[in-house]
Amino acid sequence: MSRSLFDRIPWVLVIFIIALGIPWLGSKYYTFLATQIAILSLFAVSYNLLLGSAGLVSFGHAAYFGLGSYACGLLMKELGVPFLIALAAGGLMAAAFAAGFGFFCVRLTKIYFSMLTLAFAQIVWAICFQWNELTGGDQGISPIPYPGLNWLSSVPGLDGFRVGDYFYFVALAVVALCIAALHRISVSPFGRMLMTIRENPERASFIGVNVRAYELAAFIVAGGFAGIAGALFGIFNRGVFADFLYWPKSAEVLIMTILGGMNYFWGPVVGTGMLVVLNQQITAYTEYWPLVLGTILLVLLFAFPGGLLGALHAGWTRLRSGGRGVRPGA
Amino acid sequence: MPDGHACAAAGGECVPVLEIVNVTKRFGGFLAVNDVSLTVNRQQIAAVIGPNGAGKSTFFNLITGYLQPTAGHIRLNGHDITGVAPHKISSYGMGRSFQRTNIFPKLTVFDNIQAAFLVHRGRGGNFWSRADRFYRDETEALLRQIGLLDQADTVGGTLSYGNQKQLELGLALASDPTLLLLDEPTAGMSANETHDAIRLLERIAGERELTLLFTEHDMEVVFSIAQKIAVLHQGRKIAEGTPAEVRADPEVRRIYLGHH
Ligand SMILES: Nc1ncnc2c1ncn2[C@@H]1O[C@H](COP(=O)(O)OP(=O)(O)O)[C@@H](O)[C@H]1O
Ligand SMILES: [Mg+2]
Repeated sequence: MSRSLFDRIPWVLVIFIIALGIPWLGSKYYTFLATQIAILSLFAVSYNLLLGSAGLVSFGHAAYFGLGSYACGLLMKELGVPFLIALAAGGLMAAAFAAGFGFFCVRLTKIYFSMLTLAFAQIVWAICFQWNELTGGDQGISPIPYPGLNWLSSVPGLDGFRVGDYFYFVALAVVALCIAALHRISVSPFGRMLMTIRENPERASFIGVNVRAYELAAFIVAGGFAGIAGALFGIFNRGVFADFLYWPKSAEVLIMTILGGMNYFWGPVVGTGMLVVLNQQITAYTEYWPLVLGTILLVLLFAFPGGLLGALHAGWTRLRSGGRGVRPGA
Repeated sequence: MPDGHACAAAGGECVPVLEIVNVTKRFGGFLAVNDVSLTVNRQQIAAVIGPNGAGKSTFFNLITGYLQPTAGHIRLNGHDITGVAPHKISSYGMGRSFQRTNIFPKLTVFDNIQAAFLVHRGRGGNFWSRADRFYRDETEALLRQIGLLDQADTVGGTLSYGNQKQLELGLALASDPTLLLLDEPTAGMSANETHDAIRLLERIAGERELTLLFTEHDMEVVFSIAQKIAVLHQGRKIAEGTPAEVRADPEVRRIYLGHH
């Protein structure tokens, strides 16, 4: 079967280039939205290594996002550590905590696993919320300095942008590299092992998969990349707050992932874009935005149980088969 | 290497592959497996039979590490594997299938088998190469052997029941086991499917010089391929021997074969 023109377009590259071009629109608001979508996309894609690949439902992924943002923010603000080093430290910090907590979490299965991830996240939140000397307690840490990115203005074609635009370029590059790494991981033999665990953990162990060890490894990798996303978000937000690791943030990443389609690698990115835009639009129009947003999400989740990408995929398949419907039992 | 058939028949120079020594499993107050011992020698085809609820599946789950015995020991090729985790036992050369079909339902037939190769050959920790490049030839060869090559791209869960059983056999074989444990390999199959499945098993066991231990409810199947049969009844082993010996055993006749 020859691939159609549509299949041959490198969509990921096209979308990346479009995203890269957003600062040329000259709108502060669009750059703001795009930065938020890019960073939270990485958060959601890291989460989907657990949910979509390994079938692990974590209710506490925000803990690693928040830990990464605290580590990076503190290093940059208090110790003046350079951006890239602080960023890496944020990821490593989150990964280290994921290793410690994950060690216990993967000993449980299903809902017990989920509850323990939530419990650890709430403990971390409580500590960050209380520990005034280190984390600033409920005041958080702010302002976090922007990394020194003025050198970007000497790159031909990049002069004359705002500092927020420069940070967007850097954030987009970091996010793209991290998502590319997560993509490689998800199609690797390691990723395949996670799929066998998702499909049938019992069978996986009888073909020789050390289920707990693989789950722990996935937990650490997902936590580390969530930490990098959190580190970027703290800088973008110009401050780190305990909200970053509170449970609604964990619920948000779960919703973004399911909304976009957890069975697709790019599902979480689509879901993140959708949620961020909806959030902005609705907040602008009504003070009852949580209610409206909740209703819209409910409708979307019921209408597209496979997520937005699942619906697109099904629609596309139907279109191509000339309206004869999806092959039954395919 | 001693000929397995001659070994089983003559009882001569036999190399024990699997030694089960006085194994007991208690669920609460209920003895599902009660002080059972059994030795299976290299390249022997052995069967555990017994009526429903006799304890056959429990016995298998004890051997494969899925359940911990309350008492007793299990040795595989001389190593004590009592209480060892299933993924380790698998790496010692034991493959198993389940009574209720147990595959990776959303992966294709090809990916099911390839995943088993990946883990068994120690590639599971590789997180930087494309999984689909590995072991294509090995996977195809195994699919051909179990008769599923033409279904390679079918999603496992959509296969017919008999084909799913074949796929499960493939999963067990991908780890290149020396000992294969099959729990009711023909359960739920039609007479034709049963016949084909048994011929397939016999052929594969011969080609791969496997030691085979299986449970069955179908007597015809058992007597047609097993060289050694153990009979379980209410958790106890009430007889053991060649098909002829078991067939002639008065207690077995009373409890089991009386219905035939
Ligand atoms: N996990 C368990 N807990 C309690 N009882 C069990 C368990 N597994 C099996 N049994 C009981 O042990 C007995 C033997 O079951 P099983 O090994 O499945 O028999 P068979 O495979 O010979 O049909 C049955 O009475 C069954 O109800
Ligand atoms: Mg049984």
